[in-house]
Amino acid sequence: MKPALIHKIIPHSIVDGPGNRTSIFVQGCNLKCAYCHNPETQQVCSNCGICVEKCPTGSLYFENGEVLWEEEKCDSCGSCIQHCPYHSSPKPKWMTAEEVFKEVEKNIPFIRGITVSGGECTLYPEFLQELFILAQKAQLSCLIDSNGTTDLSQYPKLMEVCSGVMLDVKAWDRKKFKRLTGGENEMVKKNLKFLAHTNKLEEMRIVCIPGEVDVEDILEGIKTTIGDKSRNIKLKLIKFRNHGVKGRLKNTNSPSDEYMKDIQRKALEMGFQHVNIT
Amino acid sequence: MTDVLDLIKSRKLAYEQKVLSLAHAAENSVDVLHIPEKTKYYFEKNAIDHLFEGNAPYRPRYILPDYDKFIENGSEFLQLDPPKDLDELLNSLMILYRHVPSITSFPVYLGNLDKMIEPFIAEYSDDEVRKKLKLFLNYLDRTITDSFCHANLGPEYTRAGRLILEVEKEVQNAIPNLTLKYNPDITPDEMGELALNTSLFCANPAICNHKLNKDTYCCDYGIASCYNILPLGGGAYTLSRIVLPKAAKLAKNIDDFFHTILPDCLQSMGDYMNERVSFLVEESGFFESSFLVKEGLIDKDKFVGMFGIVGLADCTNILLEGTGKRYGHDADADDLADKIMHTISDFVTSFPAKYSPIAEDHFMLHAQVGMDYDKDVTAGVRIPVGDEPENISDHLRHSARFHELIPTGCSDIFSMETTARNNPAAMLDIVKGAFSLGVKYISFYEENSDLVRITGYLVKKSEMEKYRNDQVVLQNTTQLGAPNYDSNKLDQRKVRGV
Repeated sequence: MKPALIHKIIPHSIVDGPGNRTSIFVQGCNLKCAYCHNPETQQVCSNCGICVEKCPTGSLYFENGEVLWEEEKCDSCGSCIQHCPYHSSPKPKWMTAEEVFKEVEKNIPFIRGITVSGGECTLYPEFLQELFILAQKAQLSCLIDSNGTTDLSQYPKLMEVCSGVMLDVKAWDRKKFKRLTGGENEMVKKNLKFLAHTNKLEEMRIVCIPGEVDVEDILEGIKTTIGDKSRNIKLKLIKFRNHGVKGRLKNTNSPSDEYMKDIQRKALEMGFQHVNIT
Repeated sequence: MTDVLDLIKSRKLAYEQKVLSLAHAAENSVDVLHIPEKTKYYFEKNAIDHLFEGNAPYRPRYILPDYDKFIENGSEFLQLDPPKDLDELLNSLMILYRHVPSITSFPVYLGNLDKMIEPFIAEYSDDEVRKKLKLFLNYLDRTITDSFCHANLGPEYTRAGRLILEVEKEVQNAIPNLTLKYNPDITPDEMGELALNTSLFCANPAICNHKLNKDTYCCDYGIASCYNILPLGGGAYTLSRIVLPKAAKLAKNIDDFFHTILPDCLQSMGDYMNERVSFLVEESGFFESSFLVKEGLIDKDKFVGMFGIVGLADCTNILLEGTGKRYGHDADADDLADKIMHTISDFVTSFPAKYSPIAEDHFMLHAQVGMDYDKDVTAGVRIPVGDEPENISDHLRHSARFHELIPTGCSDIFSMETTARNNPAAMLDIVKGAFSLGVKYISFYEENSDLVRITGYLVKKSEMEKYRNDQVVLQNTTQLGAPNYDSNKLDQRKVRGV
């Protein structure tokens, strides 16, 4: 049983895949996206303890050099995250797949599946596999929401129990990707191809910011890489919103509705058939 | 007669509202029902409540005419031939509705509208049907000035049903209430999703668990007034209610409640309801004179007496005062509530009710949803507004448990975040889950909606605001809804994000 550091579990979510789902957010990400809208899931707590002093309800405390959290006392004021020099949170808990599934189970029969997001959930492949085996036994579909930087072809057993991956394609050009995320995108392209060919590509997502993200370049890249497969896979064009953003783009404005519609039209013209704006 | 003069001089009542109120005052000037002293005592304490149905019942509370029969035969009394096309159908219905009595004097049941309309629209385009439906629905909204009025849809998909929902979303009317009879084995997901999505724009339709409700009677059923499940071609003679928290307050302790107060209240209310039904059937002449009876649109043998309960939550919390245990949050509290429900249900299913063959000579339990004058009385078996469990899964499991014993209407209402509009499939997943566990009826509205469901009926926030500012308003349910919305703090109903 390999546990994962769990940031939070949303019992009912309508924005993380088809139908009603329980969403599980892991803590920790290998990218540092300039537009990340939940930066508190990026870094794992370093136990520096600054948040302990700032907690108004006394629900955080030190024990053996670790910051611990007493959930009952907490009123979710957000002071800990606000004062953390790493924008992290002291609240995530190490949980096994069984422990997480116990939380999921409470929402059956109101959900059709689960989605694991983050942070970057593929940093915990063994945990994912164990969780998905439990969920599949309960007839729940299992989706991964990923930045695509883990080589998924190396985890055939996980892919067997995974119903699909919602893949971020943040940039196509290597330099642009690096500038936006601090990371490399070769693996994202490899995963795109692998998932499309194994019919595990549930959705492709692009966060749209004019000047920062070259959407047309991404669409061209996708088309060249997966060809006709791109026609029937959902493409979600996400309008950038700076709410919660703490990175470089925190003061950047959202693109206009006209811009989004224009991009959508271009995508349709290029042969993508299921294009949604959110 | 000051009351009468007050009614006449009122600046807040529209003309028609005055006439109806004056008729009520006239009815109450006679005393024909025998009411024992003990019953009067419980009425005074509001432990049982006759809901101001009036002193001399002269029409059933709720009537559900067999509209299919009317469409097939026309009406001799109304001098109407069977309709041959859509215009004739809608016109005939508009005429008939005007002559269907009820406790409010407005029709509380308009039929399974989509099925009634479907055979008449084949030759029209969607736009043509929409235009006719819009006129029809607006006529109903502006002339049936009382939200305790209900039309049904489903469970099958029909083109008419789809068009009604599309028009409903556009016109944003409070009347009629609409309910989709939903059965996942019969109703396509597409129809269920359209209905739920529409409800996030105009608080209509509600969703009825067809599988669980369809065998309530040996005949077909309809949903009338707020959400009452009643026999088609009949209805309900009367509805009284036991106000459980008021009864609990009369009890010295839990034992006294179970051994004295509750049985006394149940007996008093049962006798009182029989008294009302007897007068209506034996003396009022309704069933001898109404053309609805003569033309076979209703039948005396298809009427039931609705035995209402209200405030199970508050009653439980009163009985457990000092323990810190709460209805909807603690297993002990819910077990006590369950015991109360079984005690009531055992009484109702064994107490002999007069003239009720369709219910095997018993009254039938109903989760009454409250009155404008209620304070600290939670609708039916619901969890109090503001005290809802954090996770909607827990809330719905609780609902399913407490809907079980109530056959003639029991429901829940959820206020949803606006984003729920983007994923109707997620809403349908919740409904499917809830119905599979035993939830009988459910409705939703969007958090910022002008149209809101008060207890079971719809009222516009904008109309309530007018009423609070002493303006005359079209619908008399606004007058009931405004105080209810305020005193029950309905604006604090927990908003669900799914």
